[in-house]
Amino acid sequence: MAGKTLYDKIWDLHQVDTSADGAGLLYIDRHLVHEVTSPQAFEGLEIAQRTLWRKRSILAVPDHNVPTTGLEAGITDPVARLQVDTLNDNCDKYALTEFKMGDVRQGVVHVIGPEQGATLPGMTVVCGDSHTSTHGAFAALAFGIGTSEVEHVMATQCLIQKKSKNMRVTVAGEVAEGITAKDIVLHIIGEIGTAGGTGCTIEFAGEAITGLSMEGRMTVCNMTIEAGARAGLIACDQTTLDYIAGRPFAPSGEMWDQAVAFWGDLHSDDDAIFDREVVIDAADIAPQVTWGTSPEMVCSINQRIPDPADEVDTIKAGGMRAALDYMGLKANTSFDQIHVDKVFIGSCTNSRIEDLRAAAGVVKGRKLAANIKLALVVPGSGLVKQQAELEGLDRIFVDAGFEWREPGCSMCLGMNADRLDPGERCASTSNRNFEGRQGTGGRTHLVSPAMAAAAAVQGHFVDVRELMRGEL
Amino acid sequence: MNKFENFTGIVAAFDRSNIDTDAIIPKQYLKSIKRSGFGINLFDDWRYLDPGEPGQDNSQRRLNPEFLLNREPYNAAQILLARENFACGSSREHAVWALMDFGFKVVIAPSFADIFYNNSFKNGLLPIALDEEVVDLLFTELQGQPDYRLSVDLQGQVVSNAGGVEFPFEIDEFRKYCLLNGLDDIGLTMQKSEQIKSFEQQYYQKLPWLQ
Ligand code: SF4
Repeated sequence: MAGKTLYDKIWDLHQVDTSADGAGLLYIDRHLVHEVTSPQAFEGLEIAQRTLWRKRSILAVPDHNVPTTGLEAGITDPVARLQVDTLNDNCDKYALTEFKMGDVRQGVVHVIGPEQGATLPGMTVVCGDSHTSTHGAFAALAFGIGTSEVEHVMATQCLIQKKSKNMRVTVAGEVAEGITAKDIVLHIIGEIGTAGGTGCTIEFAGEAITGLSMEGRMTVCNMTIEAGARAGLIACDQTTLDYIAGRPFAPSGEMWDQAVAFWGDLHSDDDAIFDREVVIDAADIAPQVTWGTSPEMVCSINQRIPDPADEVDTIKAGGMRAALDYMGLKANTSFDQIHVDKVFIGSCTNSRIEDLRAAAGVVKGRKLAANIKLALVVPGSGLVKQQAELEGLDRIFVDAGFEWREPGCSMCLGMNADRLDPGERCASTSNRNFEGRQGTGGRTHLVSPAMAAAAAVQGHFVDVRELMRGEL
Repeated sequence: MNKFENFTGIVAAFDRSNIDTDAIIPKQYLKSIKRSGFGINLFDDWRYLDPGEPGQDNSQRRLNPEFLLNREPYNAAQILLARENFACGSSREHAVWALMDFGFKVVIAPSFADIFYNNSFKNGLLPIALDEEVVDLLFTELQGQPDYRLSVDLQGQVVSNAGGVEFPFEIDEFRKYCLLNGLDDIGLTMQKSEQIKSFEQQYYQKLPWLQ
């Protein structure tokens, strides 16, 4: 019999029951909760007079609606405030662990879980949010769920799930200097497409992946959902253990040793068979920039905006034309001709300390270009913010003209006051460049933190490696 | 979830195809923290003459007198009859919540959008797909009959009119079972409570650091 994949192993470990039609009843270890998709689930429990099966599995935090400035005034939008208050009330009522606004541990749900050691190898992790895939970086099976499912997990600690297919994306070899996790994952999506992982759990492997820090691995897994797969996975190794050790929710002492022994098996067996395999040459990867309204509409900084006239598939060509039209771009333009209005460094993709260090490294000693109307740095959590301030990163950003904000989702989706105005162009470290995502009529280009910082100081897109080499 | 019981109810007919979920419940109401209370904003753009915002006192708004659900006896309708591809568009479960909150128990159409169809069962709303010709016939029958009613028998899988003419429909056995017994997925999984508990016992023995 062939060996098991990492996905198979975690699935089998959590399977409580199977039904005739092949669906499994899966046990859930960690349930992350935020203010937007949870209120109806809590209400549903109450109406049905049910309670929570395992309160300690829940870690809650407000993030989508929270303002990133003027926190003394609280939340001024009454509708947003009610959503956050409701989360607070529900968590108080059931005595659930919540990092409220004002708590230094508060931040974007997918940043704080790992930061606290609440995401551990071999776990099943769910959240009413599609970017739950982030946590797969820890060899945990993590995926987003809907509101009815949030309630299902609260009440039963389980979910009814159909098993997905096994897919492996191997990024072979080492990336060139200056290439980040964001470039790797954008390149992968460009190669396999936004539906490339549909129906699959993607395991990422290869030297370029194992060579990444945990922050980088989270960036890659975060965007798995943008490749159509609900979950991404990376095997557990020493890098994983080093990151987890000593975090508040992580085991310690004797328990740590037992856990580490168990986690040693959290990788795919050598003879495991994947339903789909994709191999990408790491050496091919250059800094990436999206040019359209889907993450797969991406190319290298030194390429030109593609021409729909060169596309043989007429449906695809039509999609490209519509995207270019929305983005206000012409085919064959080079990226250094594209000027940006706003810069956003943040989101669950790229708001961790390493991301801020990378951006600050580029910004240091430079100023925002004159055409930049607003450049935001929104740390992923209060603890990331604290660490960055300890390192003096905030001064570097502020001296250059950036705004140094409080943690939250912010301009990733513009549910709070941080958003693009119609027609504004943004270099953003977030994960979705859909029409209107950062504000009605806004134009989003997805890039790495270093590339966003480079665009901020140059005023247009530029290969950050030229800046780093001192050529600009 | 309540058990689905046989009933006879007033039919509100919308002679349109492709009624989308945005029409059923417009996006501004998704900011709500409730699963209930959407009934007052069901078909908001069609129902009121002024634009709606969440949190507003809807009793102060100008009702569209032409709109079916604003008129007797349709304000008490329990069955919605529509044309093909009902509830297409966004996946919002709020569309189901709004229909049910208004008082609808059944939607009859030749076809439904996939996600809405699934969401309905999770909440106890019964979507009944009938052949195009049968739907046509129902539309003809109710012409000029404001008090037109249909009876729904889920166990027997038939819809019948006042004259006793029966129109059979198909439904997945498992879903029928859930509706008849008032079981949502949660109710069903809870029937396996003992199994989950014994799973937990061996699970935490093996992985004590997670306990
Ligand atoms: S940062 Fe953006 S993608 Fe991440 S959870 Fe918040 S809104 Fe969603």
